[in-house]
Amino acid sequence: MASPYLLLTLLFVASFSLAARLQLWYQGWEGSRSQSSGVLNVLMGDSRRLFANHFFVKADVYFHSGYYPSIFDQAKLHENSPMIQTTATGAKPDHEAHEHKDQEAEQKADIFGPPKDWIDRFGRHFYPSHHTHLEKNGDEREILPWLRLSADLDPQRVETYTVAAYWLRSRLGRVNEAEQFLREGLRANPKSYEILFELGRVADENRKDPKAAQNLWELALRRWHEQEAAKREPNVFLHQEIVGHLAELEERKGNWDVALGYLEQLKKYSPFPEVVQKEIDQVQQKQAKPSASEPPGTRGAK
Amino acid sequence: MNNVFALAIVVLKELYRRKDFYVLFVLTALITLLLGAVNLFNDDKIVRYLKEICLLLIWVSSLVIAIVTTARQIPAERENRTLFPLLAKPVSRAQLLLGKFVGCWLTCGLALLIFYIFFAVMSGTREHQWPVLNYFQALWLHWWMLAIVIAVTLLGSLVFAAPSSNATITFIVVIGILLVGRHLGKVALQLAPLSQTIVYAVYMAIPHLEFFDVRDLVIHNGDLIAWWACGTATLYALAYSAFFLFLAWLVFRKKALN
Repeated sequence: MASPYLLLTLLFVASFSLAARLQLWYQGWEGSRSQSSGVLNVLMGDSRRLFANHFFVKADVYFHSGYYPSIFDQAKLHENSPMIQTTATGAKPDHEAHEHKDQEAEQKADIFGPPKDWIDRFGRHFYPSHHTHLEKNGDEREILPWLRLSADLDPQRVETYTVAAYWLRSRLGRVNEAEQFLREGLRANPKSYEILFELGRVADENRKDPKAAQNLWELALRRWHEQEAAKREPNVFLHQEIVGHLAELEERKGNWDVALGYLEQLKKYSPFPEVVQKEIDQVQQKQAKPSASEPPGTRGAK
Repeated sequence: MNNVFALAIVVLKELYRRKDFYVLFVLTALITLLLGAVNLFNDDKIVRYLKEICLLLIWVSSLVIAIVTTARQIPAERENRTLFPLLAKPVSRAQLLLGKFVGCWLTCGLALLIFYIFFAVMSGTREHQWPVLNYFQALWLHWWMLAIVIAVTLLGSLVFAAPSSNATITFIVVIGILLVGRHLGKVALQLAPLSQTIVYAVYMAIPHLEFFDVRDLVIHNGDLIAWWACGTATLYALAYSAFFLFLAWLVFRKKALN
């Protein structure tokens, strides 16, 4: 009989050889879990998308410090939420007063209504029944984990990236993280004009790189036309934002003709063409009377 | 009263002999610390999500400890045939029930204290603030909520055939009340007259465990709850616990032990 040590060595060599062979096959196997994008993907499969919306709303709950209607309350706090609205409108300085008024009105509104009985009245001592927003000392950061989780669960949900990036760069001063998150979103949604628009804002407002911003917005506008122009109800709001920012950028550079071209586009889709016409008139006036501070030869430059 | 405390101490000793508490505590701590180590946008001051998850785990663990520990008390005494010698001594059935209740309640209190100390240390080290009174209120109300749950489970252990069925049904009822108890009144208002009466009666009759769930206030750094409200909630829990214990005694009084 062969020595047990020889047998042991034989078994070890056989195991090792098989492991080396199988490892190669496993790497290429489509059912391999190592090819999944993450633990959540493995554990939850496609059902994870169902939870993504829940966690997005959770971020909004945190923004309102827990003061939030349940499915049994009939308020529409989520739709009117400043967490979503300020992101969408961009919260530019001239909009801030209006935005502030909206928030004040929202804070005065009682989503729960008057107590219906003594249980309801007494119960309000034990959960947040007073409306506040996370808008001091960088407390807004508390909404980020839920947005991160929502993006992990549903990478195709574009709103998650734009909302998170807005709060990161505008309120928390974390421009690098905002850009990184947006680029992650762009990898998952390569045709998203919303993410391209936000990236353009990062380049223009934070990086002070108008050339990069222009490229990003122009690409965003192209994507918008590819996806939205033919729709019966296109996303006009974002078109206005992209074209408006491009027009402003060209005005800053003194490219009046190009700016007017964008304003004409803006007028075409705008629900308030008369307002855009006023803007066009103003630009035309500026074009007719170039400012003294404008360097010679820059006017009309492409 | 000595008999009651003697019985309670036996239950308390059972806590550190059994591994339930250690396992749940280690799991809670491990999950919380792991989630705390996650890098979220290079910001180490994000804490509320961690507080939420930690408190959720504490609530789940405390319910598991309370219900599982209580559900097996009387059936185990009966199964091991230790109930007969126990009642042969000058211990009444009421004292036995009260002893088991106090024991389970103290056991949960001790477990909660450890859990909340961990929670306070974890959030304090990240948040750099120590709202001790808020945490005390949360712990106090949580403990009184468990008094009701323990009394209900004791009643269930005399009504249902096995500890497993008792534990399952109690879990479902408690979680159901915690999730929708607060909203039943609103639901009732939208129903047809007969259904409305039934649902509203259920709403009024159930013990409103959600009064004691102040997690949202703790997570979002809410103000201190009015002390009179805490006191009233305590009396509310006391009344419901006494009611269920009395009901349990009524069932146990005439129950055959063999």
